Amino acid sequence: MRLVVDLNRCQGYAQCAFLAPEAFTMHGDEALMYDPQPDDAQRGNVLRAAQACPVKAITVEGMNGAPAAEKAGASHVG
Amino acid sequence: MSVDGSLDRLRREGHIVIVGASLAGLRAAETLRDEGFTGALTIVGDEPHEPYDRPPLSKQVLLGRVPADHTTLPRRREVDAQWRLGVAATGLDMAAKRVHLADGAAVEYDRLLITTGVRARPWPHELEADLDGVFVLRTSDDAAGLHHRLSAGPRRVLVIGAGFTGSEIASACRERGLDVTVAERGSAPLVGALGGVVGEVAATLQREAGVDLRCGIMVTGLEGDSAGRLRRAHLSDGSSVEVEVAVVCLGATRNTEWLASSGLGAGPRGIACDAGCRAFDVRGIVTDDVFVAGDVARSPHPLFGYQFLSLEHWGNAVEQAETAAHNMISSSTDRRPHVWTPSFWSAQFGMNIKSVGVPPMADEIIVTQGSLAERRFTAVYGYQGRVIAAVTFDQAKWLEFYQQQIERAAPFPPEFTTVDRRPEGMHPVPAGFPDPSLPSHGPTVTLSGHSPSDRRISFTPLSA
Ligand SMILES: Cc1cc2nc3c(=O)[nH]c(=O)nc-3n(C[C@H](O)[C@H](O)[C@H](O)COP(=O)(O)OP(=O)(O)OC[C@H]3O[C@@H](n4cnc5c(N)ncnc54)[C@H](O)[C@@H]3O)c2cc1C
Ligand code: SF4
Repeated sequence: MRLVVDLNRCQGYAQCAFLAPEAFTMHGDEALMYDPQPDDAQRGNVLRAAQACPVKAITVEGMNGAPAAEKAGASHVG
Repeated sequence: MSVDGSLDRLRREGHIVIVGASLAGLRAAETLRDEGFTGALTIVGDEPHEPYDRPPLSKQVLLGRVPADHTTLPRRREVDAQWRLGVAATGLDMAAKRVHLADGAAVEYDRLLITTGVRARPWPHELEADLDGVFVLRTSDDAAGLHHRLSAGPRRVLVIGAGFTGSEIASACRERGLDVTVAERGSAPLVGALGGVVGEVAATLQREAGVDLRCGIMVTGLEGDSAGRLRRAHLSDGSSVEVEVAVVCLGATRNTEWLASSGLGAGPRGIACDAGCRAFDVRGIVTDDVFVAGDVARSPHPLFGYQFLSLEHWGNAVEQAETAAHNMISSSTDRRPHVWTPSFWSAQFGMNIKSVGVPPMADEIIVTQGSLAERRFTAVYGYQGRVIAAVTFDQAKWLEFYQQQIERAAPFPPEFTTVDRRPEGMHPVPAGFPDPSLPSHGPTVTLSGHSPSDRRISFTPLSA
C-alpha cells in the first residue's frame, strides 16, 4: 500500500506513531519519518492512524473508496 | 459556437496534455478528473517511473529505512490517462498546439500543462563529474545509486554545498556512522535559505553531530585514480581531503530547454506565468491554453510585492497544480489565483525545521519563542517593518500563528508578548543573508523581479 504525509501540515504530535508504529516513527522530538509503502498487513493500523491524524496530513491510496494502484505502465500507444 | 459552448466541449471531449509526470503532474491530473473533465488526458514523463515522491530520497531512503523504489505517490483517485513514460517532450508548437516527443511522435492538445520541474545542477567539470563516486541527488535512481555506495562504507563522503539537500545528506551519513566533510561557499549551512543567524545554529548542529564542516570554502577540483575512481578533493584554501564519494548539491536547473524555440517565456529561471498559472509568451502576453505548475513555474505573489517567485517546495507543487488544473477547465470568472503562502519543511540532525513565508526577502530577524542556544525556537523575519517569514526548529506548532501574521502583513518586530520569550528575543538583529547578487545554492525560494520573461525579444521601432 502507498501513502504520503503532507509534512507542512503535520504538527508532529505522533498520534500516528502510536497507532501504526510500523509505518510512522518519530525522528528526534518532532520530525516524522514514515514508510511510504508499508506492508499490506499494516493496512488496518495505517487507516486508523490516518483517521486519527488531527490535521488530516496522511493520504493513503484507496482511503476514500478510490481504487488502489491503477497501473501506469510505460505505454507506447498513440 | 459560443465561448461557453466551447468550454463545455473542452470539459466533455477535449484533449489535455501534461508534460512532466511527477508530483505536480499527478495532482493536476487528479484535480482535472475530480472537477469533471471527461475528455482525453495524456501524461508525458521522461523518467521511466510512475510519479514518485522526492523528499524521502534524502531522508528515509539514504538512512536505509525505505528502498529508493518505494516512494511511488499514492493516487487520490483514478486518473484514466494515457501515460507516455520514459519519453521526453522535445518541442512545443504553440500555433499547431502540438507537443513533439523524443520517440518521434507528436501529441495534440486543447490545453497543455507544463510540470517539468528542475534537475540537479551537475559538477561543472565534466571529466571530474564522470568519476566513479561522484553523485547528485534528484531522482530515485540517483538515490538508489548513492544509497548503494554509502552501504559499501566509504572512508569519507564529501558533500559539496550545504543547502537543504546537502545538509540532509550529511545528516544521513553521520547517522550511518560515515565520516563526512561538508564544503560550503557561504558563511554557514542553509545561509541562502534562512540567513546567517539561523545558519549558525545549523552549523553548530552539524559540528556536534561530528560533521567536518568547512564554510567559506569552495571545492576547486575532484581527482580520480588511474581506474577513474574518485580519490581526493581539492579545496580553495589549498588543502585537500581524501574522499571516496562526493555528492554535488549545488542547487537546481529548470527543465525548460525543450521549450527554447517555442516562443514561450521559458528560460533558465523557469517559465513565467500569471497568478492563474497561465504561461507568458516571450512577448509578455499571457497564453490561453498553456499552463504551468510546480518547481518549473515562477509566478507573481501579491503578499511579496508581486515579485515573481520560483519555489522548490513540495507544497507549492501540489497547490499550484490544483489551481492550474481548475483554471484549465474553468471560464475566466471562475478562475482562482495561486496565492499560496510559501511553506516547506526539512528533517536533519534529528531536528524538524519548518519555514513559512519568504525568509530571503528579510532584513531583520527576532527570536520570539525559545532560544537559539537550545536549538528549539521560533524566529520571525521582518522586511521594511512587516512580518515576512517565520522559521521554527522543533516548534512547528507555533508556525500557523505566524503564517497568519504574514498573511495580514502584521508589523515587525511583533508587538505581542509570547510564551517562552527570552532576552535574546527582545530586539531584532540583521538576518544575515548573503548579497543576493552573488550566486547562492539552496535558497529554495528565488525572487526573480517583475519581468514576465527571461528572454529578450528584439524590438525594432518603425523609423519615421
Ligand atoms: C532529495 C530531495 C528532497 C526534497 N525534500 C523536500 C522537503 O523536505 N520539503 C519540501 O518542501 N520539498 C522538498 N523537495 C522538493 C520537492 O520534491 C519538489 O518541490 C517537487 O518534487 C516538485 O514537483 P514537480 O512535479 O514540480 O517537479 P519534479 O518533481 O522535478 O518533476 C518534474 C518531472 O518532469 C520530468 N521532465 C523534465 N523535463 C521533461 C521533458 N522534457 N519531457 C518529459 N518529462 C520531463 C522530470 O524528469 C520529472 O520527472 C525535495 C526534493 C529533492 C530532490
Ligand atoms: S498524527 Fe498527523 S500531525 Fe501527528 S505526527 Fe502523525 S501525521 Fe503528523
